[in-house]
Amino acid sequence: MKGFWHDAVEFFPILMNGVVLTIVVTIGSLLLSTVLGLIWAMMRVSGIKALSMISASLINVIRGIPIIVLLFYLYFVMPDLGVTLSALQAAILGLGIAYSAYQAENFRAGIEAIDKGQIEAAQSIGMGWWLTMRRVVLPQAVRIVLPPYGNVMIMMLKDSSQASTITVAELALQGKLIASSTFKNTSVFTLVALMYLTMSIPLILLVRHFEKRAGKR
Amino acid sequence: MIELNDVHKSFGENEVLKGITASVQKGEVVCIVGPSGSGKSTILRCINGLESYDRGEISVEGLKVDRDAPSIVNIRTQVSMVFQRFNLFPHRTALENVIEGPLYVKRESRAQALERGRALLAQVGLAEKADAHPPQLSGGQQQRVAIARALAMQPKAILFDEPTSALDPELVGDVLGVMRKLADDGMTMVVVTHEMGFARDVADRVLFIDGGVIVEQGPAKALLNQPQHPRTQDFLRRVLHPL
Repeated sequence: MKGFWHDAVEFFPILMNGVVLTIVVTIGSLLLSTVLGLIWAMMRVSGIKALSMISASLINVIRGIPIIVLLFYLYFVMPDLGVTLSALQAAILGLGIAYSAYQAENFRAGIEAIDKGQIEAAQSIGMGWWLTMRRVVLPQAVRIVLPPYGNVMIMMLKDSSQASTITVAELALQGKLIASSTFKNTSVFTLVALMYLTMSIPLILLVRHFEKRAGKR
Repeated sequence: MIELNDVHKSFGENEVLKGITASVQKGEVVCIVGPSGSGKSTILRCINGLESYDRGEISVEGLKVDRDAPSIVNIRTQVSMVFQRFNLFPHRTALENVIEGPLYVKRESRAQALERGRALLAQVGLAEKADAHPPQLSGGQQQRVAIARALAMQPKAILFDEPTSALDPELVGDVLGVMRKLADDGMTMVVVTHEMGFARDVADRVLFIDGGVIVEQGPAKALLNQPQHPRTQDFLRRVLHPL
């Protein structure tokens, strides 16, 4: 145990560099997946057949490809096509695209859960599609969508570790590098696990808060 | 101001409107009565384009109702609707519900919308409930807010789709009272209802609909007191003397 504390003090600063990158990747891909997910969901519920079909197939393609393959594609294949991305850019883009499919399905479920009478009431006072979405449907859907959205945040935090496969030195890769040069596997990976857990706990509490609020009405 | 000419409408195989021809004059109160499933609500929903129709023509002040045309927004701002289940926006207060249309559809100034919104809530007897959210209001209060919301659009006519059917019996009177006042003030109203007392006292005309056709129509008192058609007689007997 004493050895662990000693190692912890020694490795903590290096691992913190990894934590910073983990947070950057998570927040970056969270924002991207939210924006893309919203766009897919809007296309899906637009009532325009072509848009809805494009969105549905896109979601299925994205869902059918493992995140790691998507990352390899962006990082190793895109340069052949003349688009060179830094490891960090490729990680954010890949995770953002991969998760946009789940976000889209989550948003769509939230939108479709809104009572049809709400939409008719909006139409009956002359609101068009976009105004109905913005003023009536989305504000109510947010309540429904937030708890699963929180869960996606937790999953993204953990899946950001997949960025290590394309050389982003986030927490998991930092740990692996230290472990392979010091052979202190137990200390290092226990520390890494604890650091992920520490970052997850606020998110878990946030989800619980969302769930309580959603249950109120 | 509202004209229906040989309107047909089917849901799949089921033809719910089989040639409805009727008109509503400015300032007139027309009640539509009939058994459930007869197509009463569908007529209202076709008039403001919540539902499309297959054949015939509906026009409001000479403008053809086509739910896929941009002009439908124009029609909906002139013909408001009050729903059976109120359909208030639960995430907004009573006052916010009322000013939503004036503010975002008609783009009135906030001050002007607020002033009229408060006056309308007072008119339906709910001035002190302006800041309450719909779940905190009784059904009767919610429906009166919904009427204020419809009035806020300064419509030329209001469609009421069974406005008291979802209410506890003791709350029906408040809503009917507000509607009666509107009628007295000269509002053009089309009311789908099972409240025969309201139809007799307030309506100018009553349409009896059964099986997607107008079976009988005429001045309210005459039709409800001395129905001519056997189906009307049978329906009224059942409604007025259920035991």
